[in-house]
Amino acid sequence: MSFSDSLSATMTHQYPALTAEQKKELQDIAQRIVAPGKGILAADESTGSMAKRLSPIGVENTEENRRRYRQLLFTADQRIDSCIGGVIFFHETLYQKTDDGTPFAQLIKDRGIVVGIKVDKGVVPLAGTNGETTTQGLDGLSERCAQYKKDGADFAKWRCVLKISETTPSQLAILENANVLARYASICQQNGIVPIVEPEILPDGDHDLKRCQYVTEKVLAAVYKALSDHHVYLEGTLLKPNMVTPGHSCPTKFSGEEIAMATVTALRRTVPPAVTGVTFLSGGQSEEEASVNLNAINTCPLTKPWALTFSYGRALQASALNAWKGELSNEKAATEEFIKRAQPFCFPSIFSRLTGWLLSESTRPLEVLAPLLNPSTWLTMLIKHSTTTFS
Amino acid sequence: LSPEQKKELSDIAQRIVAPGKGILAADESTGTMGKRLQKIKVENTEEHRRIFRDILFSSDPSIANSIGGVIFFHETLYQKSDSGKLFPQVVKEKGIVVGIKVDKGTAGLNGTDEETTTQGLDGLSERCAQYKKDGCDFAKWRCVLKISHGCPSALAIAENANVLARYASICQQNGLVPIVEPEILPDGEHDLKRCQYATEKVLAAVYKALNDHHVYLEGTLLKPNMVTAGHSCTKKYTPEDVALATVTTLRRTVPAAVPGICFLSGGQSEEEASLNLNAMNQVPLHRPWKLTFSYGRALQASALAAWVGKVANKKAAQEAFCTRAKINGLASKGEYKPATPASQAAMQSLYTASYVGRLLR
Repeated sequence: MSFSDSLSATMTHQYPALTAEQKKELQDIAQRIVAPGKGILAADESTGSMAKRLSPIGVENTEENRRRYRQLLFTADQRIDSCIGGVIFFHETLYQKTDDGTPFAQLIKDRGIVVGIKVDKGVVPLAGTNGETTTQGLDGLSERCAQYKKDGADFAKWRCVLKISETTPSQLAILENANVLARYASICQQNGIVPIVEPEILPDGDHDLKRCQYVTEKVLAAVYKALSDHHVYLEGTLLKPNMVTPGHSCPTKFSGEEIAMATVTALRRTVPPAVTGVTFLSGGQSEEEASVNLNAINTCPLTKPWALTFSYGRALQASALNAWKGELSNEKAATEEFIKRAQPFCFPSIFSRLTGWLLSESTRPLEVLAPLLNPSTWLTMLIKHSTTTFS
Repeated sequence: LSPEQKKELSDIAQRIVAPGKGILAADESTGTMGKRLQKIKVENTEEHRRIFRDILFSSDPSIANSIGGVIFFHETLYQKSDSGKLFPQVVKEKGIVVGIKVDKGTAGLNGTDEETTTQGLDGLSERCAQYKKDGCDFAKWRCVLKISHGCPSALAIAENANVLARYASICQQNGLVPIVEPEILPDGEHDLKRCQYATEKVLAAVYKALNDHHVYLEGTLLKPNMVTAGHSCTKKYTPEDVALATVTTLRRTVPAAVPGICFLSGGQSEEEASLNLNAMNQVPLHRPWKLTFSYGRALQASALAAWVGKVANKKAAQEAFCTRAKINGLASKGEYKPATPASQAAMQSLYTASYVGRLLR
């Protein structure tokens, strides 16, 4: 076999990265996380990020306070079981326990919610660029993933960051971040962990909606080419992208429908249908904005072959933090605030996904389907069968 | 592209792959028509080529229920039917979109194991503008890859993906919807898995290139091979195996924005091509694009066999063609139920080795 033969032979022959059983396990996990009506609670704020959350409410950033805060989220009652498919943990939190000694990971898992873990080690600069970064954390990642799997985690998250300006994102930043995401994803899957791929394009700047859409399309195309090159099993992955929005300082305002149309169009042009689900990050959006935009995305009339749901941190927790303010006596109220934030995602998400499915898959005439497309039909059915109250 | 240009392209693409419709690939080059006519012992003259295309295009107007587009060869675009009308006009009057093959055949890639790229970019923009004036609304460009011990190589994949993207970009500038055809030949003894792997790699490269070249995906169509085992593979697979492997591959590589995927028939028999397409449309996985046909041999074999060059056989030839068109129209909706045993011509494998096209050095 000549030299060139051996080079191209490794390119064109498949050396299976995963067995059929491994693939099935990964796909099942991914589907459970984004089951109809469910999304992800991103509770993986690093110690440094938690400082930024706790100082505005006058709470000291101690390990105990971080534990108490996560506890009030994780002990929310069964009302969140139908809204939360997965929780992303920070390393410290994965090994913390409730007041009565139950490990957080076990508490979450026992409720049928999938446990996830943030595995990246933060951003580092790319020399020679205009302040752009890549993300580190690949060293020993395989061993770390194997251990996390033993400790109860079934999915992982890795965040890359890109920004829009006159000169960015550069070709290098796009390529390098796409490549490191693909390496991370490949290593996770080898250890039975579903990788959430997060190529966040920051909303900072005065660019308009079109510019963000263009950049998002370029970035996602590069990400999926890299995932293909690294033989990543797409059905066993999730994508955590930014919504397509104008920059924070953009003078023009855009409606929820415009944001939804731009976002879904960008995804339709770049994300293969095999990807099980797309779980949006909230970026700097308010709780209200984040849920309005997600709802608009789910009711956008274009065909959407993946689940479209949330992976929210701030947008799910802001009210709870404000209600808590570190006081023991506020814990129940804070938990209640969290539940109230999570629940509205459940109903619109189910409803719009069901109607979307009905419209695209059903062969029944529209007249038969019409009552099923009416929100009040569903609301009546749900109220009849549910014991919860809708605020 | 302006919003108006995008809308025009998107509308054309949607019309071609409207529910129940597919494409008649009648763009055989002069040399290739020679091979078809030789099989039925008809001389390869311009008049014979005109007569046969006339038989197809003058079929009953109901053909438009199953045929959304016809791909022409350059010569045919300027020929006339017996009634004196130019062929594009005959086709258009039936509500069928007119397309044109624009590539100029394969060329060798030096330093590879006889792999090729496809030429035809020179002056393509001007040619497209003229074709648009002459009634065309879509174009086709065929790239060829093969599976063997060392193929397809990284160079072949990258080069063919790039040339397809250049072609697509130029077409769209001139109001033509580009059909992107990265055919992986069925020659060889590889199994289904190997073909699936190669097809995934090729299509991933194609869509990355289309993105890099800023091609408007909603105004394109894909014409890929189905994922099948090589012709000399000893293991046999069912239409369901082929369908599942193909749809899985497409779901992993083809963005939902692409409105339609029109399979080439390769060397499959007429019946095989219909059964496989039917199975595709019954696969229980979500398929956000239309899955339909762009068949040449698999639509024309029975018609050719019925015609055998005789004027008296015109009606029989048209009926054979209409039958296959209707069957494939049903298959594109997953509704084909084979009731009667297929005719001999339908089952005969249409495979000829190494269908690469003329290799020019």
